[in-house]
Amino acid sequence: MIMRFLRQSWTIAAKDLRSEWRTKEAVNASVSFAVVILLLFSFAFEPTSEQVREIAGGLLWLAFAFAGALILNRSFARELPNDCLDALLASPVSGAALYAGKALANLCLLLAVELLCMPVFGVFYNVPWTEQFWSLLLILVLGTWGLTVIGTMFSALTVNLRLRELMLPMLVYPMMIPGLVGAIQLTSHVIAGQPLAGDVLVWLRLLIGFDIIFTALALALVDYVLVG
Amino acid sequence: MRQRVLIGLAAIAAVLFAYNFHTIFLRLPDEASQGAIYRIMYFHVPAAWVAFAGFFVALVASVLFLVRKGLRYDRLAVSVTEVGLAFAAVNLITGMIWGRIIWGIWWTWDWRLTSMLVCWLLYAGYLMLRRAVDEPTQRAKVSAVFSIFAFADVPIVFFSIKWWRTQHPQPVVWGGGSMDPAMMSALFANVIPMLVLAIVLTALRMRQEEMRQEIETLRRLSYAA
Repeated sequence: MIMRFLRQSWTIAAKDLRSEWRTKEAVNASVSFAVVILLLFSFAFEPTSEQVREIAGGLLWLAFAFAGALILNRSFARELPNDCLDALLASPVSGAALYAGKALANLCLLLAVELLCMPVFGVFYNVPWTEQFWSLLLILVLGTWGLTVIGTMFSALTVNLRLRELMLPMLVYPMMIPGLVGAIQLTSHVIAGQPLAGDVLVWLRLLIGFDIIFTALALALVDYVLVG
Repeated sequence: MRQRVLIGLAAIAAVLFAYNFHTIFLRLPDEASQGAIYRIMYFHVPAAWVAFAGFFVALVASVLFLVRKGLRYDRLAVSVTEVGLAFAAVNLITGMIWGRIIWGIWWTWDWRLTSMLVCWLLYAGYLMLRRAVDEPTQRAKVSAVFSIFAFADVPIVFFSIKWWRTQHPQPVVWGGGSMDPAMMSALFANVIPMLVLAIVLTALRMRQEEMRQEIETLRRLSYAA
């Protein structure tokens, strides 16, 4: 039962990643967009290294959240031409497995975007971000998972809507605030060169709890959205 | 029958409000340190409670819709969310007026203010989402799922922003002082008419929504014919 669920999710995720690998449409657009936002931040304030380290988390996660909306918007919408979504729903894959596969693919794509943006950020703002690479990667994975879980769910929710491109970010960002606050705090902390221990662990717990709650909720409710 | 019950409830709310206004404005004295403006609390605090009660009812109605598939649960969900949003707005606006007089500023990013604003935006998003869907059953389904997500998010928002704010210096601290028992009982007494008012408004809005759905159905039928 569990094995079948995982196998089906993996098939969906592999399909999405393969088609993205062949076109590279979403990732290209998303990375360019994130870089443009990072560039714009340099006009919003005078970037000295000290200051940037303090607000690095906020800058990065705002850029990631904006760039992520591009990928998440397309996640289900790309299945609309040729009625692919109906075909997927008619296939012997449960709605939850379809959702989990899509979320997994989005997680990989978003992480790729983030890892491509980090060196650019490091160079432009003169921030040594590789000092605690593994801690940073853990935060990126947890924060991005929160963004993808909610984003993929709302991508399914809004797939048939008018103004889909507008609705998704408007619904996702307020919902994401607890996860974003946690990820921003942790990222700033790690980039400032402090170890991931002590008081900040409360944010790690918040982030993990946030991820678990919304993953469970999404898996439980997604069948209502997709199948009816 | 339904009409009479509603008028009766509205009358009860009006009488209770009149009695409470008399207590609040004429019998109770000014607060020692804040002066007259403290009276806004009698509306500010119950408005928040009524708003959250409304959002909780919206959650229950949304779950019931997903389980039982009756459009009347959807009508309840949208009506109670709209009324809850109105009361949340009363809470935010009265809070801002109070802040302008006591703190000298309209807004500060204190955790309670921020959380309430996020909560308001979440449920405003619910209403925006509804407007973007045309088909009634799909609209009900999509918005029910969103309402459940929003309700799950609200407590996390409150805790996370509280932790975040306690790590930062706060511009103003409003300590948890004790309240005079007479003021406390006037506060609780004002919750009842506010709640009754919310119930009446929700019932009216539900009836309006029912008619709107009926008109929509008739319009579809006439197009089909």
